[in-house]
Order: sequence, then C-alpha cells, then structure tokens
Amino acid sequence: MNTGNTKVMNRFDVTSRLIAKLEHEEAVIGGIGNTNFDLWAAGHRPQNFYMLGSMGLAFPIALGVALAQPDRRVFALEGDGSLLMQLGALSTIAALKPKNLIMIVMDNGIYQITGAQPTPAAGVADLVAIALGSGLANSSWAADEEDFERLVDQAMSAEAPSLIALRIDDKPGVGTTRRDPVQIRERFMHGLGVREPL
Amino acid sequence: MADAEQHGSKQASGDKSWHGIVLQTLKRNEISLIPYVPDRVLTPLIKNLHADPFFTTFATAREEEAVGIVSGAWMGGRRGAVLMQTSGFATLANTLASLAVPYQIPLIMFVSERGTLGEFNYGQSLVCRTMRPVLDALALEHHTITRLDELEFIADRSIKQAVTTQAPVALILNPLLTGGKVFDK
Repeated sequence: MNTGNTKVMNRFDVTSRLIAKLEHEEAVIGGIGNTNFDLWAAGHRPQNFYMLGSMGLAFPIALGVALAQPDRRVFALEGDGSLLMQLGALSTIAALKPKNLIMIVMDNGIYQITGAQPTPAAGVADLVAIALGSGLANSSWAADEEDFERLVDQAMSAEAPSLIALRIDDKPGVGTTRRDPVQIRERFMHGLGVREPL
Repeated sequence: MADAEQHGSKQASGDKSWHGIVLQTLKRNEISLIPYVPDRVLTPLIKNLHADPFFTTFATAREEEAVGIVSGAWMGGRRGAVLMQTSGFATLANTLASLAVPYQIPLIMFVSERGTLGEFNYGQSLVCRTMRPVLDALALEHHTITRLDELEFIADRSIKQAVTTQAPVALILNPLLTGGKVFDK
C-alpha cells in the first residue's frame, strides 16, 4: 500500500472538519455504521442522509442525488469494508463523470462494527490505486488533517468527481443515528428542497 | 427526405412494440434516469433509450448499485427505473429490505423474465423460482406482463401507484410478451 507517509486520523475529527466547510447546503450521504454515527454526531443537518443497511451503497445513492441535482455538491462517506462490497460503482461513477460528487473513504482496515475483524483488503490492497484504476483520476490519500482539508477545498471546485481516502484509527463512532428511515428520508428531501414540510 | 427518415426512425422505434410502449410510458411518467444491467431480451429497449436524449441511460456493474442510484435520484427530485433480468433481481433482497422498502422509495423495476417457457439454463430456471417468493415475502407489488394489449395499462398504472404510495414495484416481462431468449442465441 502506498500509504506509508499518511497519518492515522480520527473519523469524528475529520468528519467535523468536513461539515465545518459546508456553506452551500451540500448533501452528505453517510455510509452504514460508524461513518453515519460520526456524521450525526458532527451535527445533524437536513441535507444529511443516514443509511441503515444496504452496505456499500453510499456512493451509488450519492451518485443518484448528484445526477438529480447537478448544481449541488454531494459528499458520500464510506468505510473501506463497505467500498469493497461495491467496487464496481467506482467505474460507473468514472464513466458518468459527475463533477459535483465527492467520495470520502475512511479506511481502518477492519470491519469495526462487527468486532474489528480485518477486511480482505487490509495490508494488501490500495483503495486509491483501485479508484485510479477504475477511472477516477482525481483520487488521493490525505496525508494528514491539513491535507484532507486542502483536498476537500480542491474537490469543491473540481470539474470531475473526486475521491479522498484517509487512514483512520479504530475508535468507535461518537453518536448514534436515530433509526426512523421514513423520517430520515423526508427530512433529507426537505433539506434538498424537493419537498415542503407539512 | 427528412420527413421520410423521421417517419422511418419512428417506425423503427416501434411505437406498438413492447419496448416502444415501455419507452413511451416511462417518458409520459417523467422517468428519465435508467441504470441497467443488460439482458439479451431488453437489448432493443436499452438501445432506444440510449438513442433518446430525454433519458440518461447507463450500465451499472450490479443491480444493487442501480437501485442505490435511482433511490438517491428520487430523493433529489428525479425519477428513475432499473432494468435487469431475473438473476439480477435475485441479488437484491438485502437492498430492497434495507433501503427501498423501509425508506418508502418508489423503486420501479423492469425484470426480463428468464427461467420459464423454454428456458435452457438450469441456473436461470432455478433462480426464477426464487423471484416471486421474495417479492411476496416483502409484500411488494408485482405484475407479470404477458400481453401486448395489457402492457401500457399495467406499466402506466403501476408506475403511478408506486409514486403515489411511495412503494417499490416490479414489472416482470414474460416471454409471452417479449419472445424471450431461445437456445440457439
């Protein structure tokens, strides 16, 4: 893996740094488990969508939002294990080239929520190299927190989809997302301006 | 000349063919995003969707991905439908039960039915028998379309029901409608 110089960061910290940068009601799709726990804990926004299952679909869901609303930036937060479930999605996104889609991969090499078992990629596969090989030219490892913020700034004005991968520690998510799927979806649709609240 | 060509291409798109009716029904219901995993029988539909700029038509690597995409698009205010064959539907139980159903998303699925009426592939014939039990177990609305004269009614009403009741629907395109796939192809 080409990650020798990358700092091991913390998911909640980098998620909070990302949310602090959002000023234009950008959509954020939280993947299953810890990525959406930390998204919730970073401060609920109506433009956040929280998954309760369908592991691996954070990027495809975000792609759908990005295709529906090309003028809005759309972020997706995905874990390394989840991304492994749906690597083909990287090529689909590369083929469609939605410039408003920004993918963030939180890589700690383990299935943290199920007991911290190592993923089959741990210590073997380089997720950024896979993304590059899938056709996503704008893919990078973030070296540290400052580099992550710089990459997010770049992605916010990029003319192509971006993927930013981070090495993260094994700390559990800080919050716990509420688990009412219809409420989550309705609030997200209000947040995107698709629906008016009753 | 231009008129003749236009007329010719209209004929070629087959307004009265099953795929022409599906295309027009999608358009009438403002369904413009069409991710698919291909199928031999769906080929003329997919080709004509690609040729029509109203639609954003593209292949995905897995059916689950396509369901995620149209779910996200629905939440963002754009309607989509997924095209797949029977074996592709068989990969979807988790995604239906954890995304489309609990979040109440009007997921519209067109499933080209393999595994019946002359099927030659043992794997296809077995997997076909899992489809309706899965749909029934999830209490999902589904219709098997066998007749050209019923296609527009079933497709149009099913799409409208899916949208207004915020529930998924599967429209199963039977070989009696499409001709299916035969052994020598």
